[in-house]
Amino acid sequence: MSILVILEQRGGVWNRMSFETLAAAAQMGREMGQPVSAAVAGDRVAALAAEAAAYKVAKVYAIEHELLARYTADAYTAAFEQLIRSANPDLVLMPHTYRVRDFAPKLATRFGRVLVSDAVGHRIEDGRPVLVRQLFQGKLNADLRFTSAAPNFASIQAGAYRADSLEAGGGAVESFAPELSASAIRTKPGEPFRESQRGVDLTAAGIIVSVGRGIKEKDNIAVVERLAEALGGELAASRPICDNGWLPMERQVGSSGQTVAPKLYVAVGISGAIQHLVGMKGSKTIVAINKDENAPIFEVADYGIVGDLFEVVPALVEEIKKAKG
Amino acid sequence: MKIIVGLKQVPARDSLLRTDASGRWIDESDLAFEINEPDAYALEAGLQLKEKHGGEVVVLTVGPPRATQSIREALAKGADRAIHVEEENLGRWDTLGVAGLMARALEPEKPDLILTGLQSDDLGYGQTGVVLAELLGLPHATIIMQVEKVDGSIRVKRELEEGWFENVEIPLPALLTIQSGIAKLRYATLMGIKKAKTKEIRRVEAAGIAAGAAPAVEISSVYVPHKTKQTEILTGNAQQAAAALVERLKFGARVL
Repeated sequence: MSILVILEQRGGVWNRMSFETLAAAAQMGREMGQPVSAAVAGDRVAALAAEAAAYKVAKVYAIEHELLARYTADAYTAAFEQLIRSANPDLVLMPHTYRVRDFAPKLATRFGRVLVSDAVGHRIEDGRPVLVRQLFQGKLNADLRFTSAAPNFASIQAGAYRADSLEAGGGAVESFAPELSASAIRTKPGEPFRESQRGVDLTAAGIIVSVGRGIKEKDNIAVVERLAEALGGELAASRPICDNGWLPMERQVGSSGQTVAPKLYVAVGISGAIQHLVGMKGSKTIVAINKDENAPIFEVADYGIVGDLFEVVPALVEEIKKAKG
Repeated sequence: MKIIVGLKQVPARDSLLRTDASGRWIDESDLAFEINEPDAYALEAGLQLKEKHGGEVVVLTVGPPRATQSIREALAKGADRAIHVEEENLGRWDTLGVAGLMARALEPEKPDLILTGLQSDDLGYGQTGVVLAELLGLPHATIIMQVEKVDGSIRVKRELEEGWFENVEIPLPALLTIQSGIAKLRYATLMGIKKAKTKEIRRVEAAGIAAGAAPAVEISSVYVPHKTKQTEILTGNAQQAAAALVERLKFGARVL
């Protein structure tokens, strides 16, 4: 019985979610009495593997091959498949990154298994993990159980476990050389790029007023803009608003936009899908205004007003002006 | 180009959800349903590619008979025909099972390109497309924001985290999972709605094509999440709630 964590790096830099996942594995390993190993893949990752081996792990596999220098689903899936067949872990845990979303379902399918993606927690029952994940954009939770024999696969949501709970230890680094051939890699990725220099740095804003689907129409955004002005804050939005072109993409908060932690975050007409929450739940004070009292945004809010934003927001603007004199 | 668009019908976005008697799924009896939003974007991407390069767009849905309504909507928007794998109880299939049904329903087709939304708004596993690609032996790319055809292959723009992107070249046939916002969604025209009534929907019984593998994962319980944070809900009319909030922002949180 054992747990294998697939850590993620790009160009020698860790994706920090890797260590949150390692923390999740450490906790499960402790509770089930199972050893935890880790693996990192790339063209040269021995140094990174040594870094990871400083934590309390049995072993860190350094999966090295020149064809792993740049990520492709074909090469990474083949490399991890070979390691898993050789190391025989019971459970493979991965951080729920964009890259994992790209290859992990393929990897699990190679074993006739299904990835439990984006888990936010777990408990152990009868020595086996039960994973908790969100359904319906966070409105409900579900417990999931593996009904197949090992290996099983799961990915862990950003922020679900704390990396600072990791204990120091000292495991062995073992190099693993997968057999890969260039002809089996069908996709050709280019160099990652950023669209343009961002005009708006939301991360520097002390106060952010963010607008979501509840605003209904582009012309209504002015209602929320007046609140941002009254508070002296920046205007931001959830993804659907930017998808519709109602506000520029550079004002988007969430997993595909900016991650912010202002002292005040006001979410107006935002239901609080996880993709949005991961971008703002670190804010010091969160206010949610939404007509649906069951909206997941209220899960992270300090103060909530359940009501029609077209009534509440203008009233709020008035009260703020009064308070500021 | 023959383009398959995987399309799922999900509960409407504003639905009030309750768990059913089994405690393992939601009570669907009073719900309205709609096309899964990311799939609507996949359809839009497919229709635009067809308009540019010719060919056909075929909708592929696994779901109960009620999903016919969403299929008709897709046909009204411009899809040419549809394949409906009928399954009354989707819950008895895991992702691998559903992708397996899709793969087998596609056997008579020879698609150049398969598009799916990047995830569903109900289960949100975000993997049916990738699993389908693996079952069909096709290359894939996920979270796509742009598709451009260059002969024999396509160039796509993949979204990475935190505002980064990468371009990827993929030989056809291939599968892409499409990100919401890839293009502006169209509405069905009256003419389109009329035409949709005569378009072909090939119906396939799930039981007839199932491979029979037992699910590898199961949902054992569905429930309302426990609150971890103490939220103070401010009540009263809009003006009273606003005044109460301002007082707390000023004296409690000290952000005013």
